[in-house]
Amino acid sequence: MKRLHPSYRNFQKMDELFFQLTFFIYIAATAGFIVHLVSLRKNVEKIALYILAAGFCLHTVAIILRWISEKHAPLVSFHDTFSFLAWAITLAFLLFQAGHSVKALGAFVSPVITIMLAAGLMHPRQVLPLPPALKSLWLPVHASICLVSYALLTLAFCIAIMYLIQERQIKKKRLGAIFRRLPSLETLDVMSERCLKIGFPLLTLGIITGSMWAESAWGSYWSWDPKETWSLITWFLYAALLHQRLTVGWRGRKSAYMTIIGYVTLLFTFIGVTYLLPGAHSYAL
Amino acid sequence: MPSDTDKLDILLLGVNHKTAPVEIREKLALRDMDPPALELFYNLSSCMEVVFLSTCNRVEVIVGTNDISTAREQIVEAWLAHSGITEKDFGKSTYEYTGLEAVRHIFRVAASLDSMVVGEPQILGQLKDAYRNASETGCSGHILNKLMHKAFSTAKRIRTETRIASQAVSISYAAVELAKKIFGDLRGKSGLMVGAGEMAELAAQHLKANGIERLVVANRTLERAIELSNSLDGEAVSLAELEDVLVDVDIVISSTGAPGLVIKKDQVKRIMRPRRHRLLFFIDIAVPRDIDPKVNDIDNVYLFDIDELKEVVEENKAERQKEALKAERIVESEVIKFKSWMKSLDIIPIIKRLQEKAEAVRQRELKRTLKNLKDLNDREIKAIEKLSQSLVNKILHDPIIFLKKGSADKDRDEALAMVCRIFALNGNGETISLENYVNEKKNVKSQCGSKRAN
Repeated sequence: MKRLHPSYRNFQKMDELFFQLTFFIYIAATAGFIVHLVSLRKNVEKIALYILAAGFCLHTVAIILRWISEKHAPLVSFHDTFSFLAWAITLAFLLFQAGHSVKALGAFVSPVITIMLAAGLMHPRQVLPLPPALKSLWLPVHASICLVSYALLTLAFCIAIMYLIQERQIKKKRLGAIFRRLPSLETLDVMSERCLKIGFPLLTLGIITGSMWAESAWGSYWSWDPKETWSLITWFLYAALLHQRLTVGWRGRKSAYMTIIGYVTLLFTFIGVTYLLPGAHSYAL
Repeated sequence: MPSDTDKLDILLLGVNHKTAPVEIREKLALRDMDPPALELFYNLSSCMEVVFLSTCNRVEVIVGTNDISTAREQIVEAWLAHSGITEKDFGKSTYEYTGLEAVRHIFRVAASLDSMVVGEPQILGQLKDAYRNASETGCSGHILNKLMHKAFSTAKRIRTETRIASQAVSISYAAVELAKKIFGDLRGKSGLMVGAGEMAELAAQHLKANGIERLVVANRTLERAIELSNSLDGEAVSLAELEDVLVDVDIVISSTGAPGLVIKKDQVKRIMRPRRHRLLFFIDIAVPRDIDPKVNDIDNVYLFDIDELKEVVEENKAERQKEALKAERIVESEVIKFKSWMKSLDIIPIIKRLQEKAEAVRQRELKRTLKNLKDLNDREIKAIEKLSQSLVNKILHDPIIFLKKGSADKDRDEALAMVCRIFALNGNGETISLENYVNEKKNVKSQCGSKRAN
């Protein structure tokens, strides 16, 4: 095994290169989606999708290389979590488009993907040693479930924004270029619900696995650390939203607003808490 | 385009909704004739190729001919004789295009730029039918084949590159388009007609055609509601049940003659909870209005009245006009492409003539040489023949390439004349091959004629 050691360094250099390449490819895909939105040329959208898929493959390789060089799941530092979130959004988006293509969604999601990866690349990429208490299988399980749920809730957020824009066009009878380019209201509503219906159970599972990990690492399931508190708040918001949707039939504008509020809270839980309210989760900064 | 007696050119004679009233168009359509109109024209001696297009808005004869003026005379004569229209009426209502003008016209027709409703896609299918008819009966040949295929591809290009046909230009279509922007797929949705106006009926039919599952008709007199619901395959209810029905339906088209409001805001507000806030789309095409305009303020409820729909239609029409300009540009560029194809046609006879001349020289000289060399064996004779062959081919190679490549150039006419002069090719060389083509066509025709006689 010792002979392998020098190649770790190569891996590190390579994953850096791959991340940067991925970033530029995501920018290209974003540009493609926007060109498609303006010009409405069908083949441009297809090309943009292929570019994004290519970026996704490269991104996957980069994450694997990083896993090898870090020797634990690359889900600890902001560099890695942002990158993983961008990866998961791309995956969710590509799967969605393959199943039920939503017109113009790419132009809204791809900038978010690009921003997420950019945020990751802006954070220091060096690997800090993990406290021994946290070295466990719970790390990849808890973190990846949380981040995948964030990715789906990000999609729900993008779709909610599209809904509000389109809703406004129809209410105000402005039936111009924007109206023509965005999908129908019901399509958007159904898709956003689908994201919530997958994202919310994953978020729940993420919180549960987190508390189980806490029990095995620190000996208590719940210690009201800021991250835990805020993720509970986020969870309650999404739970309320889904509850209203399923029981009263809430949909449309109200639901879209709630989706956006929930997502802002989620972002605060993910980013803000770590910066502003230090606690057990303030890792690697 | 100069008409040359030896050259196959395109002639188009026709009428459309702008130039002739429907009575004249009907007569010129020559329906239920035996032989059919297409063959009537094909049997004229001057018409080598024919496509006959007849729709409710236009009747056109498109022919490939080597003699435009005779073809015109014969077509007019035959057409007048069989339609029973006076020469004066005919002259007043028909238009005539030749050469590239005809090409441009057909391209514009195919792309629906010449239609009553610009961008309406029906005409392309009709033109395709007309062409299929002509090619199945052997009436179209290589010029019209090319013309038609190019017309179809131009129309397709225009439809993908412009938005000429993408927007509704009638109120009822606009309503359906809006419904699609709200609900996406209309399958599984249900509609309600309040009142029994004609436009509402039309809109309801469009909704049905777009997959709406259930249609309810509510009217002040239940009798009329039942009558209408029977013709539309729906259910009838009385106005008193309106609120109950509103809970279930998705699209409401209102067109009563009532002087006041039929659907009020608090009524709609009440039903939103039992509807579980499902989207509700009101189309109010009544004057005065049936539905309280404030209904539009309720969440998940969308209301369009007749003026707003008209505005949508007007905007779409203006948009279509803009798109039509783009489409005309595409037509122009395709006409130019077609022009160079037509020009390249007269290169082929020159090349043929050149090869024939060289071959004649070769044969003559070969004969003379072999006559003087009597003691050659077969193998040596073959070698000499091969030598002469390859000499001719090598020498002609470059001039032929020059002809082919130069066919797109601006001063190609001069180049062609130059080649003809250098090689002393009589005339411009088109005679032979075109004669062949014409004769061939005549043969086919006479065969067809005899078949029909049998």
